[in-house]
Amino acid sequence: MNFENVIQSLMFGLFTGAIYGIAAVGLSLVFGVLKVLNVAHGELLMLGGYISYFAFAAWGLDPFLSLLIVIPAMILAGIVLDRVLFRHIVRQEGEEKIKNSLLVSFGLALIMQNLAITQFTADDRSIQVAYMGMGINLLGISLPYSRLGSLILALVVILALHFFLHHSLAGKAVLATAEDVEAAELAGINIHRVFMLTFAVGASLAAIAGTQVVLTYGISPSVGLYWTLKALIIVILAGTNSILGAFPAGLLLGVVEGLSGAFLGQTYSEVIGLVMFLLVLMLRPQGLFVRQ
Amino acid sequence: MNTMLSVRSLRAAYGDIQALWDVSFDVNEGEIVSLIGSNGAGKSTLLRNIAGLHRPQAGTIQFEGLPVHRLPAYQIVERGVILVPEGRRLFCNLTVLENLELGAYSRRARKEREKTIRRVYELFPQLADRQGQRADTLSGGQQQMLAIGRAIMGQPRLLMLDEPSLGLAPLVVENIFEIIEHMNKQGVTVFLIEQNARQALKLAHRAYILDQGTIVGTGSGEELLKNDEVRQAYLGFAKTEDSLL
Repeated sequence: MNFENVIQSLMFGLFTGAIYGIAAVGLSLVFGVLKVLNVAHGELLMLGGYISYFAFAAWGLDPFLSLLIVIPAMILAGIVLDRVLFRHIVRQEGEEKIKNSLLVSFGLALIMQNLAITQFTADDRSIQVAYMGMGINLLGISLPYSRLGSLILALVVILALHFFLHHSLAGKAVLATAEDVEAAELAGINIHRVFMLTFAVGASLAAIAGTQVVLTYGISPSVGLYWTLKALIIVILAGTNSILGAFPAGLLLGVVEGLSGAFLGQTYSEVIGLVMFLLVLMLRPQGLFVRQ
Repeated sequence: MNTMLSVRSLRAAYGDIQALWDVSFDVNEGEIVSLIGSNGAGKSTLLRNIAGLHRPQAGTIQFEGLPVHRLPAYQIVERGVILVPEGRRLFCNLTVLENLELGAYSRRARKEREKTIRRVYELFPQLADRQGQRADTLSGGQQQMLAIGRAIMGQPRLLMLDEPSLGLAPLVVENIFEIIEHMNKQGVTVFLIEQNARQALKLAHRAYILDQGTIVGTGSGEELLKNDEVRQAYLGFAKTEDSLL
């Protein structure tokens, strides 16, 4: 194992981790603000992937350009889902709320999965863009354009989200609602509008990750659960009170998986990722990016 | 005098616990009205119902002649009914300035935001010095000032305070009560809930006594301060016949 291989694996870990990161930030945002665990997050990712796939298949639209369709479509889908399903759950409290959020979102996941099978067939779908396989070779390390594109996209999206949350009044209202929903109401914030906006943004983040999944790995109706679990692990790794912290945690998981895959063999990459997860749970249960 | 807030036959429950049985009272424009009562008498529940955080089972709450008991909290804030909640409930992850900005979130208050921030800083110069600090780095007294400052940001017409003196040093309490009196002189109607009954009665034009979910007494602040039963139950005096007088 030489140095170049290590750097190469590290870079591919970062590329994968960037997709993990966007997906996880979406889940973390919804959990942090609505206090609802949306198990169908992976299915929203899948839906975003399919929209991107069909835009490519029908019009040859590049997956990065397809975001112009995917994001508005998923904001709309997020608003509808919030109004129809999640608005009734956010009012509930404690155990009842957690149980119902799991039930409802698990049901949603099943419906979306089966609808995807009937509508899109169970086949694996992937996109072959013209620049596939091309890239930069930097000191013996190959950096494919498509993967560099994913990383840059992820950074731009997370920066934009950071800017929105910390430098706009609407974003601060979202953070305030996440911290203390009643105090937010007393400040005059319409919390149901905050919930709707948050769910729409969370769904869009899942879908943005989905466009990169279809570009990088391909997609099928059954990928949802895998991505929900990955995102969930990352959210807990970062700490459930750290919404944007889920992004570096995603990068970290990607890198750990990438390096352990290169050193110990691909079969072990996920195992090592989960071992790291357990270690963090034991040693720093509040999460990596939460202030004590 | 115009009636500003009018509560009639209010009933409210928390789960299986009946917190308010049949509460009726008025707050007139320009007044300071105190509500005193022991722990668990239902004081906080009453305020939460008025602020729209909790739905009553029965009864009505009218603000300036219009029913508000079915409105969501943010619309009640929009009308100028602002609650400083028990325990301050600041946004600890945000700065002092951001807490104040969010206090002026309602459409009505947002227009005046910059002006109101200057006013809050005049009232509480300590907040101006710390405007970039996270709210949880403030002392207890400063946190209460910020909680009241955040409420002032919402341009209150009726300012409701839930135990503003709780856990604070006497000197700070003095300061907080001075600010409340000052706000009242500026034309803000005040509805105050306190366990510190002596101070609350001294400040109040009128007061109500809440016990086990019902109003059991009312009068001017001075009258209640002299009332034997009140002195015994809420001010820590022994029965008159037992005392040295």
